[in-house]
Amino acid sequence: MINLAQTYFIEVMTIILYCLLIFVPLLLGVVMALYADRKIWAAVQKRRGPNVVGPYGLFQVPADGLKFIFKEIILPDGSDKTVFLIAPIITLALSIAAWAVVPVQAGVVLANINVGILYIFAISSLGVYGILMAGWSSNSKYPFFGALRSAAQMVSYEVSIGFVIITVLLCVGSLNLTEIVMAQKTMWFFIPLFPMFIVFFISALAETNRPPFDLPEAESELVAGYQTEYSGMPFVLFMFGEYINILLMCAMTTILFLGGWLPPIDIYPINAVPGFVWFLLKVTFVFYLFAMVKAFVPRYRYDQLMRLGWKVFLPLSLFAVVATSSILFFFNLAPGM
Amino acid sequence: MKIINFFKSFLLLDFLKAFYLAQKYFFRKKATINYPFEKGKLSPRFRGEHALRRYPSGEERCIGCKLCEAVCPAQAITIETQPRDDGTRRTLRYDIDMVKCIYCGLCEESCPVDAIVQGPNFEFTTETRKELYYTKEKLLENGDRWETVIAENLEADAKYR
Repeated sequence: MINLAQTYFIEVMTIILYCLLIFVPLLLGVVMALYADRKIWAAVQKRRGPNVVGPYGLFQVPADGLKFIFKEIILPDGSDKTVFLIAPIITLALSIAAWAVVPVQAGVVLANINVGILYIFAISSLGVYGILMAGWSSNSKYPFFGALRSAAQMVSYEVSIGFVIITVLLCVGSLNLTEIVMAQKTMWFFIPLFPMFIVFFISALAETNRPPFDLPEAESELVAGYQTEYSGMPFVLFMFGEYINILLMCAMTTILFLGGWLPPIDIYPINAVPGFVWFLLKVTFVFYLFAMVKAFVPRYRYDQLMRLGWKVFLPLSLFAVVATSSILFFFNLAPGM
Repeated sequence: MKIINFFKSFLLLDFLKAFYLAQKYFFRKKATINYPFEKGKLSPRFRGEHALRRYPSGEERCIGCKLCEAVCPAQAITIETQPRDDGTRRTLRYDIDMVKCIYCGLCEESCPVDAIVQGPNFEFTTETRKELYYTKEKLLENGDRWETVIAENLEADAKYR
């Protein structure tokens, strides 16, 4: 009995340790992402961005976080308080949960499951619940509209993301994220599947409610969308969830199209650099693209957003699935056949 | 034409152009300054916080003519005068309601003895409204504090008056 407890205890402790190993760098990553986002946005507009708190303003985000912690958590009068408070927790928990299967280096992954990509897809689809619950429970019209828009938007773009992922999977022959990366040893997928890379990137912007698709939070129309009634800690949870989702989408782009942790050229001094450094560099690069898009693209109108999702991306990605599979079939390139 | 436009939008040419432009601006010199640590240049005509000046002898310049009070469009200035023991007329009170003031500079322009001026200071926020009801003492103190700069500015602007 004691023996059993001991083994379980050690097992549980290792799992907790692994979780912390993901969670802490992730939080750090979010802090840096928020900072980078503001700095890049400022630089494009010839501003300086945060530069007062700490060296180069690096402590601005922790300072903001501290401010939010000490702020009052306002519960609106007519709101459903339980759901209201659960919603941000769900958003954050789901966005962190998705990171469990993301490999940062060969073998360095919390759960190397065989259906990794399906798992991520499922978890990020669930993310819409947090937003819907927030919008519904606030019992106020702007959050409600924001949540409706967000739900419609995320569902529409998930469809094309799904088809893009299928084209990648056709070239790999496995749902395991590690194997998807290893399949790119000879050529990163963004070269043969370049149009899909673009579709995935733009859909990722829409999926994470980033500008130019930030209609759920369009402040000129909806104040702050589903977050309107939130303040203090719940708001921070939403913010963190959102940015962890953005980082997840950056990581997904890296894994699916930019060769994950693989070095750009497989020659000695370059492939001696540990894999996670390459992974980090690539994620940073994709995030840089995310931030730049925010800086120079104006917000879409809602009907344009829907048109792009259903009338452009969906046919395009469907066609790509058919085209990729036909080419793979006729030239006998399909893996596992 | 429609087909060309279709391909243009399909190849995201506009976005590539915008990205190039944004990237170019990314490395440009910043247009903003580090405000509390470095400050922009102010014109000698800058109309900031008010000050009452003195003659080099220490005698206050204001003779209580009430021209500024009369000209003030916001009616922010209140003056009470009384003859002093030596027979000259001086102000008893000289109050400026800085909350009402619109910083138009008419008081400075109307003053025959260059007593009331608007100095270069614009950082005089307070935590209470009360502190913004300036009295004669406060204005004279301002004058003493900013005299060098004010005199320089008046000198620089004199030829345009």
